[in-house]
Amino acid sequence: MLSTFLEMLSYPFLVRALIVGVLVSLCASLLGATLVLKRYSMIGDGLSHVGFAALALAYAMNAAPMTVAIPVCVVAAFLLLQIKDSSKIKGDAATALMCSGALAVGVMTVSLTTGMNTDVCNYMFGSILAMSKSDVTLSVILSAAVLLLYVLFYNKIFAVTFDEAFSAATGVRTKLYNMLIAFLTAITVVLGMRMMGTLLISSLIVFPSLTAMRVCRRFKTTILVSALLSVGCFLTGITVSYLASVPTGACIVVTDILVFFVFAVIEKIRERI
Amino acid sequence: MALLTCRNVSFAYEGTTVLTGVDFCVNPGDYLCIVGENGAGKSTLLKGLLHLKKPSQGEILTGDGLKATEIGYLPQQTAAQKDFPASVYEVVLSGRLNSRGIHPFYSKTDKQEVQNSLRLLGIEALRNRCYRDLSGGQQQRVLLARALCSTKKLLLLDEPVTGLDPVMTTEFYRLIASLNREQKITVVMVSHDIRGAVEEASHILHLGNRQLFFGTTAEYIASDLGRRFVGGEAGC
Repeated sequence: MLSTFLEMLSYPFLVRALIVGVLVSLCASLLGATLVLKRYSMIGDGLSHVGFAALALAYAMNAAPMTVAIPVCVVAAFLLLQIKDSSKIKGDAATALMCSGALAVGVMTVSLTTGMNTDVCNYMFGSILAMSKSDVTLSVILSAAVLLLYVLFYNKIFAVTFDEAFSAATGVRTKLYNMLIAFLTAITVVLGMRMMGTLLISSLIVFPSLTAMRVCRRFKTTILVSALLSVGCFLTGITVSYLASVPTGACIVVTDILVFFVFAVIEKIRERI
Repeated sequence: MALLTCRNVSFAYEGTTVLTGVDFCVNPGDYLCIVGENGAGKSTLLKGLLHLKKPSQGEILTGDGLKATEIGYLPQQTAAQKDFPASVYEVVLSGRLNSRGIHPFYSKTDKQEVQNSLRLLGIEALRNRCYRDLSGGQQQRVLLARALCSTKKLLLLDEPVTGLDPVMTTEFYRLIASLNREQKITVVMVSHDIRGAVEEASHILHLGNRQLFFGTTAEYIASDLGRRFVGGEAGC
């Protein structure tokens, strides 16, 4: 096991993937609990599709992919929250619109420029080869920022998640913190989607926290357990993918599914006792 | 000087007035019950009192040293809270957030305050239990403890006995009454349970898209409106 791991570390591209992967898994699992409990589970999916369109456009324009995708996703996240507040189009409908709309724009852009090739497959299902050195630097800085902001605003994020009405009434600026959550989510999604792929990134957000919620009885332990699970599943997934030569993103998600079922069974057994 | 004063307040949603001519004040130590049927404008007025919605006309003033953020609020429970993994301690502690300002973490005083609130409501034993595993009545006590953590002056309760069985309802009313009398906490409660309100409150505000009645409970029972509603409910 250890020797396999050391062998993996001898490939620079795998080291890059490991660094970014661990950090993004951490960010996603922290935000995940809040998003799941606030009924925003689909926001990750919506944003990753927007991110796909943005990446395709960036390639078409020969611009740096991240610097285009991050601002576009942040704007999309704010828009999604805005739409959720107004009642004409409901949140889930808005997310569905955004998902398919952005995907269509992305596919059109790709087919008009480079044509449908393996690049598209990489966008969709992720590739650990996609990380360049500058991507890694940017990813490390941004995920460190996400982690720091999350820790600093942990208590406020908890209050806004548990009871928005109470928080607003006692003078907590709920709009601001909802925007902070959207902002952090957008950044995390963009950072993770190159590796996990557009179609799989939201699993990084929802699986660890849902798994942790099977057994945890406190918010703080839920967060900590989901962070551990997220990193653990990522490392297991990437190792299996290395050994069996299967796509990394899918491997990580399959690990997540297995762990989820184990925890669900533990929960059932506990309820019986 | 009154804690809360409403001067000829009206509320409107997108130009349509839903509540008009509300004119009352709440003095320290009062126990005011806001009653009325569904859609009478109770929740709207509540949002106004909490400064979550601006009145379209008139003004809502806070006085006697009460800051806008010093209102202890017991909101109706949301669906998300039913499967929320949080301990009682975490929930109650979040009531201290408004006193923290920009400080990111809680202090020793905050934690002491939580302990005091839990003791006051007799739920110290629930401290480490998970919120979603509690009964409806226990959950209401926890949210009440959280509200007490944010203020010692004014409590605003939004339909607090909805979903509670008769025994828990009686117990909850008794708890509120003791907070009002012994801790001198001013209480404003929104309720559709008019008979319960009449038994508990010192003042009644009856809404029906406008102010139908405001005065002491004794005056309310003697009024035509009060006789009709209290008597009518007793009859059925």
